[in-house]
Amino acid sequence: MGNHSDGSPNHSGTVATAGQNEVEKFQDPGLPPHRLRLADTDPVAAKRAERQVAILFGISVIGTLVFLVAYFAIDLGKDSTIATIRTQNLLLGLGTAFAMLGIGTGIVHWAKALMPDHEVSEERHAIRTEEDRQAAVRIVDDIVEETGIKRRPLIRNTLLGAIALAPLPALAVFGDLGPRPDNTLAHTMWAPDGGKLKRLTRDPDGTPIKASDVTIGSAFHVIPEGLNELPEGKLNAKAKAVVLLMRLDPSSLNPSAGRENWSYNGIVAYSKICTHVGCPVALYEQQTHHLLCPCHQSTFDLTQECKVIFGPASRPLPQLPIAVDAEGYLVATSDFKEPVGPSYWERDEHERLINS
Amino acid sequence: MSASSTAEAPFVPESKVGRFTNFVDERVGGSGILREFGRKVFPDHWSFMFGEVALYSFVILLMSGTFLTFFFDPSMAETHYQGSYTPLYNVDMSVAYNSSLNISFDVRGGLFMRQVHHWAALLFVASLSVHMLRVFFTGAFRKPREMNWVVGGVLLILSMAAGFTGYSLPDDLLSGNGLRIIDGVIKSIPIIGTYISFFLFGGEFPGTAIIGRLYVLHILLVPALILLMIVIHLFMVVVHKHTQYPGPGRNDGNVVGYPLGPVYAAKAGGFFFIVFGVVALMAAAFTINPIWNYGPYDPSPVSAGTQPDWYIGFVDGALRLMPGVINGWHVEQTIFGHTLTLNVLLPALVPAGIIFTVLFTYPWIERWITKDNREHHVLDRPRNAPTRTAIGVAGFTWYCVMWAAAGSDLIATHFSVSLNDVTYWLRTLFFVGPFIAFFVTKRVALALQRKDREIALHGRETGRIVRLPHGEFIEVHAPLDEYKRYKLVGFESPLPLPAQPNGHGVVTRSEKRRAALSKWFFEDRVAPATPAELEAAHAHGHHETIEAGADQKSLSH
Repeated sequence: MGNHSDGSPNHSGTVATAGQNEVEKFQDPGLPPHRLRLADTDPVAAKRAERQVAILFGISVIGTLVFLVAYFAIDLGKDSTIATIRTQNLLLGLGTAFAMLGIGTGIVHWAKALMPDHEVSEERHAIRTEEDRQAAVRIVDDIVEETGIKRRPLIRNTLLGAIALAPLPALAVFGDLGPRPDNTLAHTMWAPDGGKLKRLTRDPDGTPIKASDVTIGSAFHVIPEGLNELPEGKLNAKAKAVVLLMRLDPSSLNPSAGRENWSYNGIVAYSKICTHVGCPVALYEQQTHHLLCPCHQSTFDLTQECKVIFGPASRPLPQLPIAVDAEGYLVATSDFKEPVGPSYWERDEHERLINS
Repeated sequence: MSASSTAEAPFVPESKVGRFTNFVDERVGGSGILREFGRKVFPDHWSFMFGEVALYSFVILLMSGTFLTFFFDPSMAETHYQGSYTPLYNVDMSVAYNSSLNISFDVRGGLFMRQVHHWAALLFVASLSVHMLRVFFTGAFRKPREMNWVVGGVLLILSMAAGFTGYSLPDDLLSGNGLRIIDGVIKSIPIIGTYISFFLFGGEFPGTAIIGRLYVLHILLVPALILLMIVIHLFMVVVHKHTQYPGPGRNDGNVVGYPLGPVYAAKAGGFFFIVFGVVALMAAAFTINPIWNYGPYDPSPVSAGTQPDWYIGFVDGALRLMPGVINGWHVEQTIFGHTLTLNVLLPALVPAGIIFTVLFTYPWIERWITKDNREHHVLDRPRNAPTRTAIGVAGFTWYCVMWAAAGSDLIATHFSVSLNDVTYWLRTLFFVGPFIAFFVTKRVALALQRKDREIALHGRETGRIVRLPHGEFIEVHAPLDEYKRYKLVGFESPLPLPAQPNGHGVVTRSEKRRAALSKWFFEDRVAPATPAELEAAHAHGHHETIEAGADQKSLSH
């Protein structure tokens, strides 16, 4: 290491430069001469810098006091408003900011204006010397020799085998992180319960919807009857069962074979869970009859059974077959005929299971 | 400490502080450590601060995060909100969301701590990324620092993991929809995807386990790994010593800068307080993640115009760019009775996979092409490595296209353009953008090198117009002093390295490939100006040269 005690660039100009003997290159002129700062030559400037540093530290003290006053003087009682919280947050933040910036800028100003600003040069050392390498090789050889592992392959091989197997329990022990996937992904709450068809009810209050309530152009966010009364697993059930209900001019619907009676008077119900990665497809464009997913902009065309017309989704939204019960309420005549939501490896298998 | 102590007469401290210091020193050997590091030289440059910002924001994260753990309850049990934020009074929600609201509204300073934590997290990933860009564009990843570059890449991934696991904890509507997207992506993985999803969520989405599990990852496992990586990273910085920018007096055999004590320590230490102060200022004045506006997680509602935190944006953007149906052909396919969701799997894994693979292997790729096995401690100015700089900007552009795509809906609404058109343009840029960026950057870098050459040979323009006796007007050029000139000429500009035969005298196919890449890498080059050229330029009788004035502007990087 060089001697930096005097802070002088004592290596400059003398260090060897790669390619210095090449005439075709400019020679390294060495470190540029040091330029004095104002505070180095003018005691008044130095005194001024000193005062500036002290003022900055003083600002930090004020910041700390502001924080403490804001913390203890502002009451977040029951009747405090959001404005109180905003004010307190602002004052706590400004107090901390000034407390920290005062110290930080003070120290940096001190370092830049008053501490010696000579750049010094230090030699780099080889990260690995050849001598060290040889010594290390000898040590490793000795260690290997003393263990005798080369001479006793039986020990080596059994050890390798044991070590290779030993982590398996550490993997197996996580087996109960979750249940094995079964057919639950294929079913939703819409399946008729003991022959009783589930009514379509409003999200979130759960009041049933009459067909006559659904006017042309309107859209309803729908949950199955009984969802709110579930003792547990409400969110799990809702995550699969949410439905969008819309009424179009019946002539603009083009049901495919087998789906003719899935709608009622132009009222159709589609799963609200995007077939892309599962966001709720919440935006209904009334004029174009398009459904748009706000997460990744998959767009589905209601007049073509929610076929994908734009965006990253690849499958149409599943349709819920609906009808009207004796009291005029909308009901689902069966569960979805395919798994809802994002696709998964077993999806096709599940779809075949549902339709068998 | 004075050097008067000898083996016979042990050092006896006089003051109280001295006795205490001596007590510790005799037991831990602090003198030796201080002797080694007390005056260690650190090069100084503004671009070296990004790594410091990352380190300091991590410290701020640890402090603010510890505060938050005292009040946060990661339970997904149902509760009714009874706190002081009236719009949500009596609303059903999870305990986790309830405690997040309490931190915001009923714990004094809680909202401030939440905002400090979130802003510091955004700053952490951002400064880490910019630091990596600095390291890449200056060639600081070259021997002997390749492994430290890899550690940095691991830190980038860990910082994204830390951010993501923390983002979901409040169990609000926005982060819940984010988790659902993750679930959708996981389910697209062939064969094991559904299993991973069920294991992660403890059954079907959303279940009641995920917040608690993410919490343990967020406050224990991920920060511990980050801390470990930071220790390894800084240890290697000490072993290698810091790189330095090229300039007079700086070479691969030395390190020029300020001694640790006092100047560098003061500047770096003071900088911690400045970073903390700036984060506090942001937390004071700018709302981040107002979870009370989003409401508790519910699988049915969603808000429009929502984005993930910025560092996840590029993956979300890639998801948006991928078409699900191409000309009537469905990207999701059924093979052998199983569903292969390529429209999710490809964009989620492939771009990120390519970015991180190239990132991790780049030091070795470049070393193979250039066959440069020397140690490099002097950085490249980005213009002096035009092909590398162009590669970097191409990759950066690719990333930015995907990142912009994560805001495609906001671009459409803010600029009143069609959402579909924004997507079509970004899809095009996804493929074309990197090539344009590569070409433009390389030309710009070469042009800057030519400008440097021009300035080194003919001096800088002074802006003074002089009329010569025969009527010609010229601008007076001032020659550079030798220090400033050396900065412009003191770099290497390697020639392409032709294919070399191996030990058996055979030029292998891979060696031919390497030679082709070397040609591509170094073919376009601007050689640094030489003393002979300077001589020639002067001999041309440049009347316009005047003495270098004291007002000479310094050339910055």
